[in-house]
Amino acid sequence: MKRKHIAGALVAALLSPLSAWADWGMNMPRGVTELSEEIYGLHMAAFWVCVVIGVVVFGAMFYSILKHRKSLGVKPATFHESTTVEIIWTVIPVIILVSLAIPAAQALVKMEDSSNSELTIQVTGHQWKWQYEYPEQGIKFMSVLGSKSREASALGSGIAPGSVEHYLLEVDNPVVVPVGKKVRFLFTSNDVIHSWWVPDLAVKKDAIPGFINDMWVKVEKPGTYRGQCTELCGKDHGFMPINVVAMDDAGFQAWVDEQKAAAAAAADDSNRVWTQDELMAKGETIYKSTCAACHQASGAGIPGAFPALTGSAITTGDLKGHVDIVLHGKAGTAMQAFSSQLSDADIAAVVTYERNALGNSVGDMAQPADIKAMR
Amino acid sequence: MNAQAVQHADHDHHDHGPAKGWMRWLTTTNHKDIGTLYLWFSLLMFFVGGTMALVIRAELFQPGLQLVQPEFFNQMTTMHALVMIFLAVMPAFVGLANWMIPLMIGAPDMALPRMNNWSFWILPFASTMLISTLFVDGGAPAGGWTMYPPLVLQTGAAFPMLIFSVHLLGISSIMGSINIIATIMNLRAPGMTYMKMPLFVWTWFITAYLLIATMPVLAGAVTMLLTDKYFGTSFFNAAGGGDPVMFQHIFWFFGHPEVYILILPAFGIVSQIIPTFARKPLFGYSSMVYATASIAFLSFIVWAHHMFTVGMPVAAEVFFMMATMLIAVPTGVKVFNWVSTMWKGAMTFETPMLFAIGFVVMFSIGGFSGLMLAIAPADFQYHDTYFVVAHFHYVLVPGAVFAIMASVYYWLPKWCGHMYDEKLGQIHFWLSAIFVNVLFFPQHFIGLAGMPRRIPDYAVQFADFNMISSIGAFGFGFSQLMFAYIVIKAVRGGKQATDQVWEGAQGLEWTLSSPPPYHSFSVQPHIK
Ligand SMILES: [Cu+2]
Repeated sequence: MKRKHIAGALVAALLSPLSAWADWGMNMPRGVTELSEEIYGLHMAAFWVCVVIGVVVFGAMFYSILKHRKSLGVKPATFHESTTVEIIWTVIPVIILVSLAIPAAQALVKMEDSSNSELTIQVTGHQWKWQYEYPEQGIKFMSVLGSKSREASALGSGIAPGSVEHYLLEVDNPVVVPVGKKVRFLFTSNDVIHSWWVPDLAVKKDAIPGFINDMWVKVEKPGTYRGQCTELCGKDHGFMPINVVAMDDAGFQAWVDEQKAAAAAAADDSNRVWTQDELMAKGETIYKSTCAACHQASGAGIPGAFPALTGSAITTGDLKGHVDIVLHGKAGTAMQAFSSQLSDADIAAVVTYERNALGNSVGDMAQPADIKAMR
Repeated sequence: MNAQAVQHADHDHHDHGPAKGWMRWLTTTNHKDIGTLYLWFSLLMFFVGGTMALVIRAELFQPGLQLVQPEFFNQMTTMHALVMIFLAVMPAFVGLANWMIPLMIGAPDMALPRMNNWSFWILPFASTMLISTLFVDGGAPAGGWTMYPPLVLQTGAAFPMLIFSVHLLGISSIMGSINIIATIMNLRAPGMTYMKMPLFVWTWFITAYLLIATMPVLAGAVTMLLTDKYFGTSFFNAAGGGDPVMFQHIFWFFGHPEVYILILPAFGIVSQIIPTFARKPLFGYSSMVYATASIAFLSFIVWAHHMFTVGMPVAAEVFFMMATMLIAVPTGVKVFNWVSTMWKGAMTFETPMLFAIGFVVMFSIGGFSGLMLAIAPADFQYHDTYFVVAHFHYVLVPGAVFAIMASVYYWLPKWCGHMYDEKLGQIHFWLSAIFVNVLFFPQHFIGLAGMPRRIPDYAVQFADFNMISSIGAFGFGFSQLMFAYIVIKAVRGGKQATDQVWEGAQGLEWTLSSPPPYHSFSVQPHIK
């Protein structure tokens, strides 16, 4: 009886740091989906198997180190072979491995079965932002690192990262999913390989140009779940986070309606004539979220890597040439085609901004209608 | 076979010593000289790569960017890996092979001494080309040592230099491997049957085959990158009908065996050292040989476990998961055999033994995290996080690097004829062992908690463990200056080493004088 108590206390003592670990962010999160719980279980099972094997093997080794030393006057034994023990320590690990592999394979089959989903979201990786598209709802938007994190993360910014809420893990436009529904994500990329990962959802899939990968989640709990790009994708690989907001059905529907209204307003924006001031104001926001990562906020670029826009032949030359490179990109460089990412009004605004700010003063402007004509 | 060996012995009767001055090193065909060159080169590169690691850890000391721009950070992670793998660890093992294989099998020299000279002297050129990319337009390669397209194709002027240096390093490795295989197959002393060869020779024999099988694969892959960038091919360009994932398959078909190239010779070293200091023969010699061969075979069918997240059919995922888990079996056999060798021995704990024991413990920790990584569903969480960084650094630093250091302490008295400073050696071990854990153990936690690898800045919840890790990095890095000091001090002088050096040492190399004559085994030894 007493022995049982002691054993129980020991197990509790061993486990207690584990629950403390969770608070300290030392262990894999359990997550908020059935699959993430299952994966957590596999992770902990494998962990404890390793701990037990480690205790036995290192225990034997350290016992030997303490007892079988020359300084204690022992004479070395001469045995050096035993087929029996070799067979034993080959067979036992095989049994342990098989018992781990079976539930793992079952989990894999479940993870890869994205059939019967109720909602599809297409995720496209860009250097260095994510694009989300809800084909069934007709919603499409970009999601970039929040501006506060962007400013604080600049080299020598003088802003303490601790003062920014969710530093490097906040975005301007989160992707929204309904709770309790099977949501299928499709992943692809526009340039290099990225990887979409949200630890609480236990989803990590590569976004590969020319390929479409899929994965599914069924979030059980409303909330905001944060993750990051996990495949090295260039300079700002560390600065393209992911926010998933899970809402109940009513909230999700309201969000969809809101997005549709915003899209309609944007479409109107592309059909009217803008003033220079309006273009400059919108252009500045777009420049900061879309262009400044490479060409820098000042327009100075990074020598050898990203060309300057201040005084460049393109931003101060022919307007058509300028619009063309923004729309279609430049092959063989990091300059991507923005035609699918930005609206006519967005491109008109940012081109106007680049020509009349950043130390340039060409004086002309582009209208959304000009952009439409060039697409 | 024998005839050839005898011929060599005859040739050596002319008994010429080393040439004088620097020409000795440039034109040498002597396996000891070439081994020495490899080892010094590797030590130098260890510090170059280490400096890059310290730039990385200094930037990661706290959140926010304090020291370098993200693109330079990416250059550092990429170059640190390339330098450490191709210019530090691999040359160190080749250097050890050069020095020790002829001494251990009773051969007068390597089988192809002229080629041996070449395979070393390619290295300084290849490494100069690689490291000088830091100073070209656009900076050094920054797409990771794995060179995944399309990202790697965004490299600037450094790109062709990267590709050609990989080609040169591959040629050097292949020539070195051919030499090692030819030496082992043809120059063993009479009576030295395959199953009597020391384990270091065995593990290198198998490693050399892995190198010959995989280096051309890497060369092919990077050549396809080169033509994709400059000659309009579309091997890996989806827009042209190519497949960017195919590169990853080809790369890891090289890359996984490469992992064992970096660790099998370490297994061999530890299998030499533990019996010596336990004063007891290696437990399960033949099962050690079979385990090494099994690991080498399995290394060719597990590559896709590096890329579970690229989107594979579920059957492929299950296959690669199970094949990977299977590697735990022969690896476990090795660890059990080492522990059984210690069991009921009469152990002493000089520096080589300390490093060997450190290897067994910490390599096993890396093995445990490797087993966890093999569980494919969980790998979807671990992949490309600091958990992976912790895993492969445990296998490579207190694994491969500790084994190299163990071997240097073990054989240095034989090479230079002087004992190293035992007290300093032990201090070096303890500093290294403590700091390496301060450096890498917390990385398990930040990885599990969600920090991706290869990022220059991170969310504040990862700050504490990153700071601890960086402190460990500086402690570990500066402790290695002691290693350089101890080695140089021993080379310059010290207590004269006996022929056997260690009380429990067994094998042909210990029958020679310390240091051995410039041309050893001019008369073939006979093994009973
Ligand atoms: Cu990315």
